[in-house]
Amino acid sequence: MSLLDVTGLTIRYGEDVVADNIDLVVGRGESVGLVGESGSGKTQSAMAILGLLPRRAQVSGSIEFDGQQLLGAADAALDRIRARRIGIVFQDPMQALNPYLRVGQQLRQILVRHGLARGADADARVVEMLERVGLPDPGRQFRAYPHEMSGGIRQRAMLAAALIAEPELLIADEPTTALDVTVQAQILQLLEDLRDQTALLLITHDLGIIAGHCEHMMVLERGRVVDAGPTTSLFAAPGHEHTRRLIEAAPRVDRGEPPAPVSARAVLSVGNAIVDYQDQRAVNDVSFAVQAGETVAVVGESGSGKSSLVRGVLGLVPLAAGRVVYAGEALAGSVRRRAQAQRRDLQLVFQDPLSALDPQMRVQSIIEEPLVVHEAGLNTADRRARVIAVLEKVGLGKPYLRRFPHELSGGQAQRVSIARAMVLGPKVLVCDEAVAALDGTVRKQVLALLAREQADTGMSIVFISHDLAVVRTISHRVLVMYVGRLVESADSRTLFKSPRHPYTQALLDSVPVPDPVVPPRRAALRGEVPSLLDPPAGCVLHPRCPRAADISVKRCPCCEISVAVALPATWSSDVYIAPSGRGIGAPLTVSRPFFRRASMT
Amino acid sequence: MSRTIKVTASLLLLIAAAAIIGPWISPQDYLATNFGGPMLAPSLADARLFGTDDLGRDLFVRTMMGVRVTLMVAVVASLVSLVIGVAYGATAGFVGGRVDAVMMRFVDTLYALPFIFLVILLMVAFERNFLLIFVAIGAINWLDMARIVRGQTLSLREREFVQAAQLIGVGTFGIIRRHIAPNLIGIVVVYLTLTIPQAILVESFLSFLGLGVQEPQTSLGSLVNNGVAHMEAAPWLLLIPATLLALMLVAFNFLGDGLRDYFDARQSA
Repeated sequence: MSLLDVTGLTIRYGEDVVADNIDLVVGRGESVGLVGESGSGKTQSAMAILGLLPRRAQVSGSIEFDGQQLLGAADAALDRIRARRIGIVFQDPMQALNPYLRVGQQLRQILVRHGLARGADADARVVEMLERVGLPDPGRQFRAYPHEMSGGIRQRAMLAAALIAEPELLIADEPTTALDVTVQAQILQLLEDLRDQTALLLITHDLGIIAGHCEHMMVLERGRVVDAGPTTSLFAAPGHEHTRRLIEAAPRVDRGEPPAPVSARAVLSVGNAIVDYQDQRAVNDVSFAVQAGETVAVVGESGSGKSSLVRGVLGLVPLAAGRVVYAGEALAGSVRRRAQAQRRDLQLVFQDPLSALDPQMRVQSIIEEPLVVHEAGLNTADRRARVIAVLEKVGLGKPYLRRFPHELSGGQAQRVSIARAMVLGPKVLVCDEAVAALDGTVRKQVLALLAREQADTGMSIVFISHDLAVVRTISHRVLVMYVGRLVESADSRTLFKSPRHPYTQALLDSVPVPDPVVPPRRAALRGEVPSLLDPPAGCVLHPRCPRAADISVKRCPCCEISVAVALPATWSSDVYIAPSGRGIGAPLTVSRPFFRRASMT
Repeated sequence: MSRTIKVTASLLLLIAAAAIIGPWISPQDYLATNFGGPMLAPSLADARLFGTDDLGRDLFVRTMMGVRVTLMVAVVASLVSLVIGVAYGATAGFVGGRVDAVMMRFVDTLYALPFIFLVILLMVAFERNFLLIFVAIGAINWLDMARIVRGQTLSLREREFVQAAQLIGVGTFGIIRRHIAPNLIGIVVVYLTLTIPQAILVESFLSFLGLGVQEPQTSLGSLVNNGVAHMEAAPWLLLIPATLLALMLVAFNFLGDGLRDYFDARQSA
């Protein structure tokens, strides 16, 4: 008999059917992946199994766990099963952990409530569990509050809470979506190592994770199961059009030829940029140039300084030192002091379109705003025509003119945001994680749109992303950042074939590959990004470096990799903001040892 | 627009219209006394819908005059708080830094003063004065408004759509006009509908204490005060103005709630 047997599960909110006749079976010790795009009903189905749906949800069908009917069961009966026999890991551990209780107490409660242990015995078991999920210093973490932990540590604690009662089934809902790829690889590996006899129901939008960690998979589309079966056979021969589309839309980091390098004049050059936030150095002496018609990707974990770098370049945050030259002219530090012509050529697409679009404005006014500022000569009808033209270009169109941002889906809002950035025909378009929040199929369309626009107008794109698989498909050149420093810069073909820096290698190794034939990746980097307040002495990577065991901390061979950047020779020193205590130079080639300098400020 | 907004807004408009038109079309005068009929029960005869008060004056016309005064006090006081509060709060929020710190400490200091007692003192020391009521109520309410507007401005200034506007090339004034101001309107309108009942309550409270509007002028607070004195002989003298007062307070509060939901829906998806 199977452990979990769901038949004909239907969930509706009034007229809205979010899950339609779903059948789902998880056998003992099996791992089943539930995959689908946002709004496909995967999380709703999991919540129904746990009896956690809001009261107004109308649920019908049957949910049997080990022969016991869960649908309509009393709360007391569910309480004996939840956390004891079914463990749960949510996407955001900050939401799932009680901020007012120490983490150890929360784990302890599970043991005590279910009568598994008490007193000092319970404490000991909690500490042991925290140690098993790889928390450094578990005795101290036992007494920590959730906000005192980093995202990765918190998700490990959440995993500890889910597994401490040794449940028969573990339900994990997007357990690694909020984490960096390197930490994701650690958590997934941990899940695999600790799971043992526990069955797993893994909910994710990421086919790479399903391919690496699930024996069976189910594909949901708009509340219906469109495809189900063993993972290997579904990947080899998708039974449904939607599955095929999902697999095609999932980019692969391990194959495919990246675009050929571009050789053209530099449009935008950045020299020795430094960005400080109070006493943290977010960007540390970074130089790079962007050529005409080129896509330059900036990659790195969160906290690597990639967003701060482009915000500094665009003049949204002040540069503590360094210079930005666009079209042969030095740009003022703050965007407010830049000439209108310079402003119109450099545009940014934000990660979260809903916060980047004014909620009180209609789509037409939003896209019109750049035209009102820069092309005052246009009359109303001409402006409207331009807005419609650019809307059609991004795959929307006239019907969207009168909408407010909250009436758009995430993908539509991001297209509006892109349309606003493109309406003036910028020379450099900066995309800050612009496709990170989009579903696979929508992401593919948006990337194709950017590539088409680049081919048509020859604009350059600076593409910030944590997703190396996406970067591989679109970028000509890649800059890799770590703890505010540029650690590698190479054209995509070289970088993906033979990365030189161990950090780049580790990033590449951490990306899950959507192909069950490829064995799942082992976590390549230990621990997490160090705090900017206190970066490690010597090589900043050494506490995490996979090669650290066999090399000296003070002098890694990898630190000698030079990051060569060609800067224009015509730069004059008067545009250069020198950091105090350092001479003014105009280096044509910047060779950056990967070391922390003794005194920076 | 939700049903709450429609229902409460039409109720308030209806009351306001009655207060404006009622005394015109009624054959009775709010000052004329009817010595034959003090404390007449409400009836249709002679269009004495609400009866007469202890001096034989027509209660319908007096109540409508009371509503006029109460609404006027409330609206004017709220406008005072709106103008001062928004200007003060928005300035503090925009300029930020030290100016903001100094301006907000001043607000904190004013908060510490017991305003109602101050007003009572003023009333006792000086001539009882209609103008003082506006000043007193406005002076209390603008503090809250200033704090709310400042907080909202501070958070709006950091929003990404403001950065996007800067990148596009919109100037500071353009950003305030096109992005900050429209996003402030929601919270200001909502807060305003919630200050009006507060102002009404303060005015009624002062009038009830006999410190507010003076005879022969009247307000809902004075009418309730008078009604309490004749509660047993003529309960309608208390019930009618009190009910109307309660109805207006509830309507304003619900309107505020409705507007908040309406603006929230736009703010977040």
